[in-house]
Amino acid sequence: MGKRVVITGLGVCAPNGVGIADFTQALQNGKSGIRFQSKLKDLNFSCQIAGEPLVRDNLVNHYFTPLQLRGLNASGIVFGVLAGTDAWKDAGLSIASKETPDWNAGVIFGTGILGVDKLRESIHQIDEGKVRRLGSTSVLQTMASGISAYLGGILGCGNQVTTNSSACTTGTEGILMAYERISAGKADYILTGSCSDSGPYIWGGFDAMRILPSNYNSNPAEASRPMSATAVGFVPGSGAGAMVLESLESAKRRGATIYAEVLGGAQNSGGQRGEGSMTAPNSEAVQRCIVAAVKNSGVESAAIDTINGHLTATAKDPVEIQNWCEALQRSGHNFPYINSFKGTIGHCLAAAGSIECVGTILQFKENKVFGNVNCNDLHPDIENLVASAKIPHQTLDFQPNITAKASFGFGDVNACVIFGRYKEPE
Amino acid sequence: MTKEERYQKLRAIIQVYLPEDVSVDNITMESHFINELNINSANLVDIVLDVEDAFDIMLENDDMDSMQTVTDALSIIDAKLGNS
Repeated sequence: MGKRVVITGLGVCAPNGVGIADFTQALQNGKSGIRFQSKLKDLNFSCQIAGEPLVRDNLVNHYFTPLQLRGLNASGIVFGVLAGTDAWKDAGLSIASKETPDWNAGVIFGTGILGVDKLRESIHQIDEGKVRRLGSTSVLQTMASGISAYLGGILGCGNQVTTNSSACTTGTEGILMAYERISAGKADYILTGSCSDSGPYIWGGFDAMRILPSNYNSNPAEASRPMSATAVGFVPGSGAGAMVLESLESAKRRGATIYAEVLGGAQNSGGQRGEGSMTAPNSEAVQRCIVAAVKNSGVESAAIDTINGHLTATAKDPVEIQNWCEALQRSGHNFPYINSFKGTIGHCLAAAGSIECVGTILQFKENKVFGNVNCNDLHPDIENLVASAKIPHQTLDFQPNITAKASFGFGDVNACVIFGRYKEPE
Repeated sequence: MTKEERYQKLRAIIQVYLPEDVSVDNITMESHFINELNINSANLVDIVLDVEDAFDIMLENDDMDSMQTVTDALSIIDAKLGNS
């Protein structure tokens, strides 16, 4: 039996709210962060809307030194450092002294591709024969592990500092990696999360695959429709979510605020076999992942009262609901409350899992189930599986006790984590 | 541009690269970038690029290697501008 692991800090940089307070308000009120992007129109994108965090310049100055800001052209690093630093402060952890790192503090912070705007800038310089003009930070801003490197250096972490990458599963996978490391006694606390750059060079490939909605350019807030009969594709997003995972004993020792406990989880892959492919999930793998997560969390399937789905707003949403029903052996009125935050933030790709996990943990703090938007026309296949009352349109007062959160990604990869309310021993 | 103006322009460039515990007042003509001002050696290439942009000159690899102190940098700038 490993150490118990709890969540003691949260940070977020989401399309509908930068910082925990704004993000909480936005989820509670169903405020959309999906906006028209004129640069996508200028570049002839079919889908000209996206979710992008609105980060003010003077806010950035609080997180980066003037030197770090020089030539910084990697939105993922900005989002990740904001969210990561906030989570660290929220946990009440200090920045290591100048001379010695904190050997018990780690960073596991994932991304898909980092610093793509910097990479573009560098490619142009190189192609013009001006490689010497790249400066000293083009490598740091474009290496995938740039985000964990920036955070590890800012905070002074001396334990494992790494970056994981598994497409849209990245953020949820990172939480499980941090959980396993702390549970095994190899670190006291780990900053985990993920970030995803903004912009046409990130979203273009998805537009080319014709899997983004093109009919909502004039009404962006209605474009992302998880679980709706009229869902036609996911809206691309960006941002970062971050949390501090910590051993219960360390949290107790520090007197830290405990938001929730990580009870367990599982990761797997469908191997791109059966109905699984590079871009489509193998349902058997999804179900096995959920079943394994429930089992190794030591909870009964019947005890799960809330689910935050992956639910991207494509025609595949009913398949995901079916998989939850089969894996948990629950349906109709016996199904837990389920929501998807993608209706208001879009699909934040590598950052999706971490931003949505932060939102999920906030439901424990606020005693709410945040409402779903844009699914008044519930997909009939979903309505046949789950009582519509279990898919709230408005935020509900409710005390979640056990929540399941899953993320699925290109490459046929899955991750499911089980969070539990932390109760002080009597 | 006078020598003093060139010096002030260079100081403004260097200032950005100083670590937090080194103040701009520490910069003198004799300051060694790495040993005295504690500038990260990786940032010397950035200082060179900033100097090129600010003075509209181009430095060679040899110039970069010999640019160890503020005085070195000013001499190289002067030479490129044809002032020496």
